[in-house]
Amino acid sequence: MSEVMPVEVPVDEQTKRQLQRGERRIEATARKMKRGATSKWATVVAIIIAALWTVPTFGLFVSSFRPEQQVKTTGWWTFFADPEVTLDNYVEVLQSGNSTLDLAGSFINSIAITIPATIIPLIIACLAAYAFAWIDFKGKNFLFILVFALQIVPIQMALVPLLSTFSRGLTIFGVPVGFGLDASGGYAQVWIAHSMFALPLAIFLLHNFIAEIPGEVIEAARVDGAGHGGIFFRIVLPLSMPAIASFAIFQFLWVWNDLLVALIFADGPVAPITKLLAEITGTRGNEWHLLTAGAFVSIIIPLIVFFSLQRFFVRGLLAGSTKG
Amino acid sequence: MSSTTLRAQESPGSTRPPQPDSGWPPTPKLVIGGIIAVAGIALVLYLAYFFNLTRVLNLVGEFHPFVQVVLVVVGFVAFVAGMLYLIDIAPRSGKIYTLVRLGICVLVPFAVLLFLNSFEWAAAVGAVLGAGLFLLDYRSRKGKGYLIQLVGFLLPAFLLLVIGLILPSIQTVGASFMNSSGERFVGFDNFIWVFTQPAAIRTVLNTIVWVLIAPAVSTAVGLAYAVFIDKSRGEKYYKVLVFMPMAISFVGASIIWRFIYAYRGPGETQIGLLNQIVVWFGGEPQQWLLDSPMNTFFLIVVLIWVQTGFAMVILSAAIKGVPTEQLEAAELDGTNAWQRFINVVVPGIRSSLIVVLTTISIASLKVFDIVRTMTAGNNDTSVIANEMYTQFKNFEGGRSAAFAVILFLLVLPIVIYNARQIKKQREIR
Amino acid sequence: MRSDVHRRITLPLAVLAAAGLVLTACAGDTRGGGGESAGDNVVTVYGTIADTEAELLEESWADWAAENDIEVRYEASKEFESQIGIRAQGGNPPDVAIIPQPGIMADLAKRGFLKPAPQSVQDNVAEGWSEDWAAYGTVDGTLYGAPLMASVKGFVWYQPAKFAEWGVEVPTTWDELVTLTQTIQEKTGAAPWCAGFGSGDATGWPGTDWVEDLVLRQQGPDVYDQWVTNEVPFTDPRIAEAFDAVGTILLDPAYVNAGFGDVKSINSTEFGDVAPALVDGTCALHHQASFFSGFIEDAGGTVAEDGDVWAFVTPGIEAGSNAVTGGGEIVGAFSDDEATQKFITYLSSAEWANKRVELGGVTSANKGLDPSLASTPILEQAISILQNPDTTFRFDASDLMPGAVGGNAFFKGIVNWVNGAPVADVTTEIEAAWPSE
Repeated sequence: MSEVMPVEVPVDEQTKRQLQRGERRIEATARKMKRGATSKWATVVAIIIAALWTVPTFGLFVSSFRPEQQVKTTGWWTFFADPEVTLDNYVEVLQSGNSTLDLAGSFINSIAITIPATIIPLIIACLAAYAFAWIDFKGKNFLFILVFALQIVPIQMALVPLLSTFSRGLTIFGVPVGFGLDASGGYAQVWIAHSMFALPLAIFLLHNFIAEIPGEVIEAARVDGAGHGGIFFRIVLPLSMPAIASFAIFQFLWVWNDLLVALIFADGPVAPITKLLAEITGTRGNEWHLLTAGAFVSIIIPLIVFFSLQRFFVRGLLAGSTKG
Repeated sequence: MSSTTLRAQESPGSTRPPQPDSGWPPTPKLVIGGIIAVAGIALVLYLAYFFNLTRVLNLVGEFHPFVQVVLVVVGFVAFVAGMLYLIDIAPRSGKIYTLVRLGICVLVPFAVLLFLNSFEWAAAVGAVLGAGLFLLDYRSRKGKGYLIQLVGFLLPAFLLLVIGLILPSIQTVGASFMNSSGERFVGFDNFIWVFTQPAAIRTVLNTIVWVLIAPAVSTAVGLAYAVFIDKSRGEKYYKVLVFMPMAISFVGASIIWRFIYAYRGPGETQIGLLNQIVVWFGGEPQQWLLDSPMNTFFLIVVLIWVQTGFAMVILSAAIKGVPTEQLEAAELDGTNAWQRFINVVVPGIRSSLIVVLTTISIASLKVFDIVRTMTAGNNDTSVIANEMYTQFKNFEGGRSAAFAVILFLLVLPIVIYNARQIKKQREIR
Repeated sequence: MRSDVHRRITLPLAVLAAAGLVLTACAGDTRGGGGESAGDNVVTVYGTIADTEAELLEESWADWAAENDIEVRYEASKEFESQIGIRAQGGNPPDVAIIPQPGIMADLAKRGFLKPAPQSVQDNVAEGWSEDWAAYGTVDGTLYGAPLMASVKGFVWYQPAKFAEWGVEVPTTWDELVTLTQTIQEKTGAAPWCAGFGSGDATGWPGTDWVEDLVLRQQGPDVYDQWVTNEVPFTDPRIAEAFDAVGTILLDPAYVNAGFGDVKSINSTEFGDVAPALVDGTCALHHQASFFSGFIEDAGGTVAEDGDVWAFVTPGIEAGSNAVTGGGEIVGAFSDDEATQKFITYLSSAEWANKRVELGGVTSANKGLDPSLASTPILEQAISILQNPDTTFRFDASDLMPGAVGGNAFFKGIVNWVNGAPVADVTTEIEAAWPSE
């Protein structure tokens, strides 16, 4: 790589540490500068928002440790006046399951469904977003707007045609063209379905970030003789990491919490945890208090993902290479 | 393909100025990578030829779930890496690259058609398509290999989009002009039915209300929050608090809000927090989800609660992308924080703001779970997506499709606005 | 840069992998993610029965399946009503569906998704079920499925001890029931009835049971049958009469909603949350089907003639009329392979009915059922009602009507009516939802 490339980060440890120190120093000065009346108010407002957003979930958390009768007859805030703690709800949730699957199995299914269903659409979307941002071709704007507009297709509408495609093969206007995926009972159709539904939003979001990359950086690499593949791999991917990480988080969550797609494409032994939790309320839904514990059992993994991808939101990835 | 052959292809007539340390011609490492990539693609093609997709997936399906995940992800990443490598070398001149281009042009259509599970057809059509593509690519005005690059980048996405979304949408538009069983053409009857039912009109109006309120509020709160916590000490934890609602499934969220909105008569023990607060202040408990039009607003609160986390995370990433130099320069000019925010930060994240607003608007248009789990669309709270699903469930395919088409029409303004933005951005560049 | 990114990705992945491994270790044999396709002797069953009841259901056929070397895979879903249509249309239906609404079964049969019942099932139905019941599994003269279980609707739950305390008797006519309501109200000064119509996206269904009970009792079975087929439309004055009769109790702020608030609170109260109020005595009367005994036991009450809570069937207009409404499931088959046929034949036999009833919690209308097997007094009473030849039994009308009405508009109409909409508007709106063709 050449000296024109500002994003080139040397890989030897010493320089890296120096850079990190520098970054920390920038942060520190920034913090110093922020001290003043505004930041006090800002903190107060932030705390208020955080509290407002947290109270409902906190209420659920408290409720999950209360006995059924109490949950259904008194408010959760009375817990503090007369705490009555039970783990019954959690025990019940952890024992839930049916003849083909227990909770641990469905947990594994959820992970096995979610990881590929996050990575595959992300990669495909990155490729497409790059093409829309940095390769010129006829009808590009029209195509991009089409992809963007596809976001509005409600999932419920595409389910039947898609299921039909997987089980009978694709038919276009009554003409069969194959593409049957006779692998029902496996994860494949769930992965593919989720990937399809994720693409429009993913391409739209990532395109936005990828298009923001300063043209000089791309141009410099091109002058160096890198092709589209090289540019994509060595410049675009690292630079759009914050965007990729944020979309990865959301896609992970959507797939993890999805029930609609799972209901149709994930049969019996490959059912994710959401499907199992939807059943624990009993035939007539009268056991709804168990959902309090269920919600927290299923939230563990998403939180781990969130914390581990946090590190990608770093300030200054683009520092020194801007247009302004 | 070895490094020597690659080097031998460095034709002296190449117009590229020689670049010291540019990474070209390829180092041995790159060549090895290339060989692995080509082998990966060859393996996938071989599998497709030998088994077809179904059998490969069934074979993979025999393993433990986690092994399946690793196999699929690694296989996919290897495939993409291989494709990128080939895309990279496709534009170069030289006999061997011509062969590579020809190979790609024939193999890719062939592989795609093989996945459609019919060997004879695949061979025939793949060869024809491949030859056509190769010729087009070879004579392309933008340079050889240009089309291959374009197709390589866009084909995977479009293949999935066409099968999963575009065809179903076309079918839906068709179905909206048919009767419930889809056997008879009925013209605009379904739409007439929608716009003559007071309840259906109400549904459309509700959807519009959702779209006007939810995006604006969630974006504003998300942005304010992102700015306020930016660079603060516990940023990560602050973020998690607002992000949490996104991580809870809708089934959980509906329970959470049941504990907020639940109603018990005056004098009874309240189990809903909101009514308890009202009672503490000496008021009468209210039926939050019963009295229209207020109930729709209380449902919108739930969507705002969920979507603010989305706005916050995206905008926070964008704010971090605003160059520190600009902020420091503005600071040296003696501007206050508010001016810096308006003059530096907002223009810097303008496109992200549009993205967030657009995305949440579309989410509001499509809102379904909240309404379905909390009021089931009763008491004048129904929205289009919920009505669409209900009609479909009752085998009223035509009416359901009509609702879907109305949803498409409602999103048009958003699409047009974004299309304009995209055009503008292009002009700037 | 790349190695940097690489390192940042590996950690979260490692964390995830570790979490997964720990889980796997805990789970032992997970049986997850098998890709084997359903073979010849695998029968997939899909239904609405979930959780504990599903376990009992699976137990009821476990021995038979082991004997016949057939693997039965049961899957339950709350979204059954919508999913079954989607799966049938998408070409991926289960082998067998346990359908709680004959209306949905008719929809599926008319569209050619269901296979007609084999001869063995037809024989069992002829032997074990009354003509009324057989008719619910029949579409256009062809039998598509046998009934499975049954429940009796329209019980009125009360506390016998309280009745003795107030010196009131179980009513034998509708008018007596209204008088009884008034008496209790005067004695206690509080609303005697409690009601909860809340039930997710089916909110309002307990109210349809009320209206159906009154249509059947006021107008008789013939009008009821015509109402189901829309020969007697919702807008007919006879239907409005039933609404008004129910309204004398449910819309009177003096009579409802004990322990929960005003009339409107009926819609916001979950139908299952009423049980504790009935057990602790804040509520004296409650109208609900036989399954409610389970809810009462969950709330800590015993259900028996001399227990905490007992029930009488909603009385007719005349004393001694034996008309009841009820519900049940029909077993439909999407496949006609041998294993499936053997399985549905077994389900339609008296042998299965006895086995399942013995496990507790349910009843069946099969004539070959031994009433002494019933697990609770209320179920025993339900079986004797179902088996009594003098009983006029009618299936829940909303389950028989097309989904657009019975599974949607009728529910919503009830909700609006409770919220104060006039009967004429409500019935007009429900009638408008009747399918176009």
